[in-house]
Amino acid sequence: MSYALNIQQANAVLDEIRKDYTVFAPKRFPKQGRYSDTDIIRYAEISRFEDIVWDTKSDYPAKEVLTPIQQAIFYFTEDEYRESKGPKKPYLVLARPCDIAAQHVQQKIYAGNGGYTDVYYERVRKLVRFAMMECNGGDDTCFCVSMGTNRTDDYSLALKFSSEGVKVQVTDDDFTGYFKECPKAKYTPSFVEENELKVTVPDLDNAEVRKALKTHPMWNEYNSRCISCGACTVACSTCTCFTTRDVIYGDNPEVGERRRVTSSCQIEGFDQMAGQKEMRSTAAARMRFKVLHKFHDYKARFGDSHMCVGCGRCMHRCPEFISIAATVNKMSRAVEEIKAGMAEG
Amino acid sequence: MNPVQPRPCTILDVKKESLHEWTFRVASDAEVSHGQFMQLSIPKIGECPISVSAQGDGWLEFTIRNVGKVTNVIFDKTAGDTLFLRGPYGKGWPVEKFLNKHVVVITGGTGLAPVRSMLNEFMAHPDKVKSVHLISGFKNEEGIVFQQELQEWEKCFHTIYALDNDEKDGWRTGMVTAFVKEIPWDEFDGDYAVVVVGPPPMMKFTGLELMKHDVDPEKIWMSFERKMSCAVGKCGHCRIDEVYVCLDGPVFPYVIARDLVD
Repeated sequence: MSYALNIQQANAVLDEIRKDYTVFAPKRFPKQGRYSDTDIIRYAEISRFEDIVWDTKSDYPAKEVLTPIQQAIFYFTEDEYRESKGPKKPYLVLARPCDIAAQHVQQKIYAGNGGYTDVYYERVRKLVRFAMMECNGGDDTCFCVSMGTNRTDDYSLALKFSSEGVKVQVTDDDFTGYFKECPKAKYTPSFVEENELKVTVPDLDNAEVRKALKTHPMWNEYNSRCISCGACTVACSTCTCFTTRDVIYGDNPEVGERRRVTSSCQIEGFDQMAGQKEMRSTAAARMRFKVLHKFHDYKARFGDSHMCVGCGRCMHRCPEFISIAATVNKMSRAVEEIKAGMAEG
Repeated sequence: MNPVQPRPCTILDVKKESLHEWTFRVASDAEVSHGQFMQLSIPKIGECPISVSAQGDGWLEFTIRNVGKVTNVIFDKTAGDTLFLRGPYGKGWPVEKFLNKHVVVITGGTGLAPVRSMLNEFMAHPDKVKSVHLISGFKNEEGIVFQQELQEWEKCFHTIYALDNDEKDGWRTGMVTAFVKEIPWDEFDGDYAVVVVGPPPMMKFTGLELMKHDVDPEKIWMSFERKMSCAVGKCGHCRIDEVYVCLDGPVFPYVIARDLVD
C-alpha cells in the first residue's frame, strides 16, 4: 500500500512511529564541516520530518547507527568485566540502497565470520528496520550501479521525498497502522539505473595475477599522495575495523570501561605488534591492502558481492582528492597489462 | 555467551625463563589444543594474544616477553594475583596429521612456546610419532627459554640447539636455516611433517631453505603472530588477504602461508 503525505501529515506519522522506534536519518549539523561555514550531514536521531536531509548524500554513512565511532563494550572493576547494555527500543533507519547494501556487508563480518557472532553488532542489527530513501541519482562520486548496490528489497518502507512532503510505500505489516489516516497514492520506488561514474572491477581470480598486482608500480603513487589519515575508512559505508581501548574514570582509577573505537588499515601502526616492525609500513602498501580488500579479498571469503558499495563517500572525504574509482580503474588497466605480459610468457 | 568476555583467573606461579621472557602459570579449566592462543586482559591497560605454552590439570602456561603495554603490567604480577583470560582461539597444530610420522620442529626464539606443549606430549608418548627432530635457535644465551625442557628433549629427540652469533658449550652457532640440511630427509621416506615457528623473516627463510632440500610444501605448517584486538574475526587487525590469522590460523599450511602478503 502506498501513500502521499504532506509535511504536516509526515510529522504526525513520524510522531507515532517515534513512540515505538528510535528514528535515525541523515541530519544537517550547521557549521560543523571541515571548512569554515560548511555543514556536515551525518546520521543522528531525528524528531521532526524537516530534520531529514534527503536531497544531498550524507557525508558519513548509515553504519554509524549500527557501529558507532566508539562504544563501551565492557565496564570493568579490578576483578570483573561487565558487558555493556544495548538499546531496547527498535530502530528505524532511513537509508539509501547503498547504505542498506553496506549493512549486508558489515553483517557478514560481524555476524558469523569464523563462527563468532559479535554481540555488540547483533544486538543493534536485530532491532533495525530500514526505510529506504529513494535515491535521486546521487552525485558525481557515486558508482552504485557498477557495484550492483543500486537496488534493494530490504526495507519496511520506501520513501520518495519532495519539497511538498513524502510518498511512502509500506512493505512491512508492522508499519501499516501508522498510515491508516493518510491519503493513498500510487507509488512504487524506482532505483538509480546509471551513474555518471563507472568502475570496472578487474577479475582477480588468478593467484599469479594477484601476486603480480601486489608488487605493481601503480601503488607507488600513493606514497606521495596518501597521507595515511584514515578519513576514507571512517567515511566508508562498510569498513568495520576497530581497536579496543581501556579508559579509566577520573574520580576512581580502579573503575572504567573497555571501548571499541573505529580504527583504520590506512593509519600508521594499524598492524604493528609490540616490539616489532610494521607489516605494511608505507602508504602504498596500506592503500593496496584496502583496495584489494574492497575489490577482491572480502568477496573471496564471503562470496556474493564486493565489499565496496560504490557510495563514493571516501572520495568526498579524502583531503588529498584520491579517487577510489580512478584507483580501481587504474588497477583494471594494470591487471590487463599483467595478463598480457603473462600471455606473452 | 559473549565470545570476547574476559574471565578472572589466578596466577599460580611465575617462572623467569630469561631476562625478558617469563612463564606465567594460571588456574584455568579451558580446553586448549596445541598451538592455540588466548587473549590476556588487564583492566585499565588492555589485551594481547599469547599462545598457550603448556597445559595441565586445571592450569595453563603462557610464556610472555615484556615488550608492550599489557605484558609490562603482567610482569609486575606475582602468584596469587589475577589475570583475565578469554579463549582459546584459532586453529592449532594439526596433530592428527603428525601421528606416526617423523616430526621436524624448527623454532626461532620464543617461537618455541607454541610448540612446547606438543613437544612435551611427544616426549610423554614417544609411540605417537616415529621420531622428533628439533632445531631451536636463539639470538643469544640471554634469550634461551625452557632450559630444563631443552635438556630433557635432548635425551629423547634429535636436537640441534643454536645461538645466532654467540658460542655456547654443546650448542651450535648460526641461524636455524643453516641446520636444515642436517635433517636426514632421505631416511624419512616421505613420511614426515615439518613445523616452523619464529619471527616472520625466520619463517620466510626457513621455508625457502626447506624448498631447497626438496621438502614437500604440503607437509609443512607455520604459526603466525599478528596484532589483534578481538581474536574473533571482527577487528580486522590480523587480516592478511582473505584470511584472518585469529580464525584461520595462527597455524597455516605452508602452501597457504607462503602466498600471504600482508
